[in-house]
Amino acid sequence: MTTETTLHVVENATCTFCGCVCDDMILTVEGNHITQAKNACVLGKAWFAEHTVEDRPFAVVDGEETDTATAVEAAAQILANARFPVVYGLSDTTCEAQRQAVAIADLVGANIDTTTSVCHGPTGIAFQGVGESTATLGEIKNRADLVIYWGGNPAESHPRHFTRYAVTPKGMFVPNGRKDRTVVLVDVRRTPSTRVADIFLQVKPGADFELLWALRALVKGRRVDPSIEEITGIPLATMEDLVERMKNCSYGVLFFGMGLTMTRGRHFNAGALLALATDLNDFSHFVAKPVRGHGNVTGADNVVTWQTGYPFAVNFARGYPRFNPGEFTAVDLLGRGEADAALIIASDPASNFPKAAVEHMRHIPTIVLDPKSTYTSSLARVAFTTATYGINTTGTAYRMDDIPIPLRPAFPSPYPSDEEVLTAIKKRVRELLQAKHAVA
Amino acid sequence: MSATFRIVNGRVYDPINDIDGVVQDICVQDGKIVASLPEDVRKIDAQGMVVMPGGVDMHCHIAGPKVNMARKLQPEDHRHDPHPRTPFTRSGSGGTVPSTFATGYRYAMLGYTTAMEAAVPPLGALHTIEELHDTPILDKGFFVLLANNLFLYQLLQEGRREEFRDAVAWWFNVTRAYAPKLVNPGGDEAWKRGNSNVVDLDDQVEGFKVTPRQIIEALVDAANELNLPHPAHIHCNNLGIAGNYQTTLETMRTITGRRAHITHIQFHTYGGPFGGKPISKAREITDYINKHPEISADVGQVMFGRATGMTADAPLAWMLRRVTGSKWVNVDVENESGCGIVAVEYKDTNYVHALQWGIGLELFLLSDDPWRMVLSTDHPNGGSFMSYPRLIRLLMDRQFRNEQIRAVNQQAMKKTVLLDDLQREYSLREIAIITRAGPARLLGLTDKGHLGVGADADITIYMEHDDKEEMFSLPRYVIKDGKLIIEDGEFREDHHGRILHVAPDYNPDIEKSLRPFFEKYYTLQFENYGVGEQYLHPHQAIPTTGQ
Repeated sequence: MTTETTLHVVENATCTFCGCVCDDMILTVEGNHITQAKNACVLGKAWFAEHTVEDRPFAVVDGEETDTATAVEAAAQILANARFPVVYGLSDTTCEAQRQAVAIADLVGANIDTTTSVCHGPTGIAFQGVGESTATLGEIKNRADLVIYWGGNPAESHPRHFTRYAVTPKGMFVPNGRKDRTVVLVDVRRTPSTRVADIFLQVKPGADFELLWALRALVKGRRVDPSIEEITGIPLATMEDLVERMKNCSYGVLFFGMGLTMTRGRHFNAGALLALATDLNDFSHFVAKPVRGHGNVTGADNVVTWQTGYPFAVNFARGYPRFNPGEFTAVDLLGRGEADAALIIASDPASNFPKAAVEHMRHIPTIVLDPKSTYTSSLARVAFTTATYGINTTGTAYRMDDIPIPLRPAFPSPYPSDEEVLTAIKKRVRELLQAKHAVA
Repeated sequence: MSATFRIVNGRVYDPINDIDGVVQDICVQDGKIVASLPEDVRKIDAQGMVVMPGGVDMHCHIAGPKVNMARKLQPEDHRHDPHPRTPFTRSGSGGTVPSTFATGYRYAMLGYTTAMEAAVPPLGALHTIEELHDTPILDKGFFVLLANNLFLYQLLQEGRREEFRDAVAWWFNVTRAYAPKLVNPGGDEAWKRGNSNVVDLDDQVEGFKVTPRQIIEALVDAANELNLPHPAHIHCNNLGIAGNYQTTLETMRTITGRRAHITHIQFHTYGGPFGGKPISKAREITDYINKHPEISADVGQVMFGRATGMTADAPLAWMLRRVTGSKWVNVDVENESGCGIVAVEYKDTNYVHALQWGIGLELFLLSDDPWRMVLSTDHPNGGSFMSYPRLIRLLMDRQFRNEQIRAVNQQAMKKTVLLDDLQREYSLREIAIITRAGPARLLGLTDKGHLGVGADADITIYMEHDDKEEMFSLPRYVIKDGKLIIEDGEFREDHHGRILHVAPDYNPDIEKSLRPFFEKYYTLQFENYGVGEQYLHPHQAIPTTGQ
């Protein structure tokens, strides 16, 4: 067979690299390679180019290469015999796989947590505290005439956010696109995103909450002492100007990133921003939106919420879900050395969790599902090679504004999907538990 | 439990087949009711019990984007009410917005076997279908929001009525919805443009040459012309505002002679100066409906305690936020809808809350035709579906009702007819009508809501009990599609249930107009919109012809 005969084009494919989940990809596929990804940004092009079929073992158990079925048995034995297993990851896989992961956690009484807890987890907590005025990205494209980015650098993290959704596109009520919008950027430093902004506010590191709170006060017509400039680095007059713009726009949006949620103040920062957007609705129409990172982290939030009632940090040890960030967040419980087994799906916590947490993962039986070799898979007792979601598998991913998008695979993988592996593990764990209870 | 069995010795209430408390056998085979079975099949002895079709909730909010936001918003709603795992069933959490599994199991534990999610924007259809797949036991569907849809506004203002109907049909086909839902027609556009609302049916929707009245007429006509099994399902303008009964009457007059359903009508039955202190206008509303057989309604009863306001009526949610100061969620959905969520608690000492509770009871008690005034709490807006047994007791037990009436805010009760000691007590037949036969008939589900030959074997068997709240709280047996799911309050088996949807015919040329609109104003690909075949799993398309 020649390469010409295997060449095909997949239209309306979806890029699951970041939370933009752009679904207008036109992929040229030659055998096991995507040779062209039309409409993709620089990150998307790399995502499609780098996911080919590598020659990896289907699974590794205790350092020995083996087949998927053997690894399923090993994984099921670990989970069925664990007293406090933790399930973690989930943001780079399909909702279908996420549903199976929650089912396993429910079955074995595990703790389940997603990468949300180390990115926009504080936003989730803030949301529970104050609510949120928000919108789908199309409303921002069609209506927003004031666009504020706070604590993020979308030019590098979400390259098409500006061009596809929020800054340059022409919309129903902003027919001239960029010309009809005012763009503001608030950050602790200049980044490649700064050049997009009409107004740049360089807030002192760690002073986001103070700046947000001062803006809230000004919106409500309270006096703010000019000494606020020393604290925040922003002159009062600049704040007053911004407040006037926010109160007088037609449709304003506050996008925010991990510069707010993973710095001092965390959920207080996110809560202050969400409350500011809510307050502004007394004057103009205003919405806010976290710019979510991983391709299907929003799906993970949704699936875990609809199945358990809570978005992340959920524990099933008592036979029903309980929620407690700090106690049931994976980074915390691993750091305290609590879990006695781990099932890591589509995530590499060993490369970014604190040392104590990684050390603990080394000492407990860890199961990993990942298309690639990762630091976490290198220390796992059971490591599965799985197909890449969206490139090799169908399924569903949720965009950062909670819109689900079906995935159109480019080429098949010899490796099973996360969903298939998790479904097999669930089935075997159920058998093992039934046998255990029958003996007891 | 085998799929073939006979229920014996039970008193059967099957209003559609005119069976009113007669002791007779019900035969079940392969998930359906059959005429007869050999004598030696397994029997379920229902001695001292009441046999009814499975309950049908025609209006509730149980799945989809806004429901999930409301779940996520309120950990405090779940924490006190866990739903533990059993060998057959998944765990979950309860409260006013339970997790999906808990929703399905808890409905089943009340003897309900069908439920309709009442408000989903087309963009949320796939999310809703995914949640409905994780909502066990029940057969289920959803109503798609079409009255704040800018593409439909464009067709309407250009007078393109045939294309309007084709577009409505197209939306049913791509979203897999069951019925057309109208929520505060025109209100969301006013909200998105300036945090305002439409007030009068003849107000022009900002930016469009259309009025709420024209939107209502067009969608009512489209639904009827498409022969949908359930007609336009209308949440009227001005929900919750004193004086709004005029809007409700005006909406019904606009529809005159055409089939339509007015939902949670209690919230639309307020007199008094517009926007001021409300009084009851239940008499005026029931008088109109009693005389107009083309109109049906569900009550939207308020029950005291915690609730969650969740609605596509975004300006309403903002009003509630201003009144309560509660945490508030707003979601603008591109080109299609708005959405608002507010935590609510109804207090019996509060004048307005007590009045709402009282008006709901008045609507039940003053209505002549239970087939057209059916039970709902607009779950979880007026209260949880878990409060249905208590509501049934209020309707069936005059003494209990009068005690309750005397215990709540008396200023509010004076504005109702409830202090007149209304004699009416609902019979078991009438309860069977307002909780299963009526909703099934209004939904056009011919295989549900009854126990005649050919019906789905969705059956609930209750122990007879003087305390009707207790009787309806814990059925002795619940049978779904011929499977014995619950026995003595415990699950014996899990069950998936079907998605119910419609697929009316349309002229595919409408896509030539839709596609350019999508490419300009939506943010996802036309091809990736809606619910693909691969998401349907067990489903049933209800026919739209020959009704």
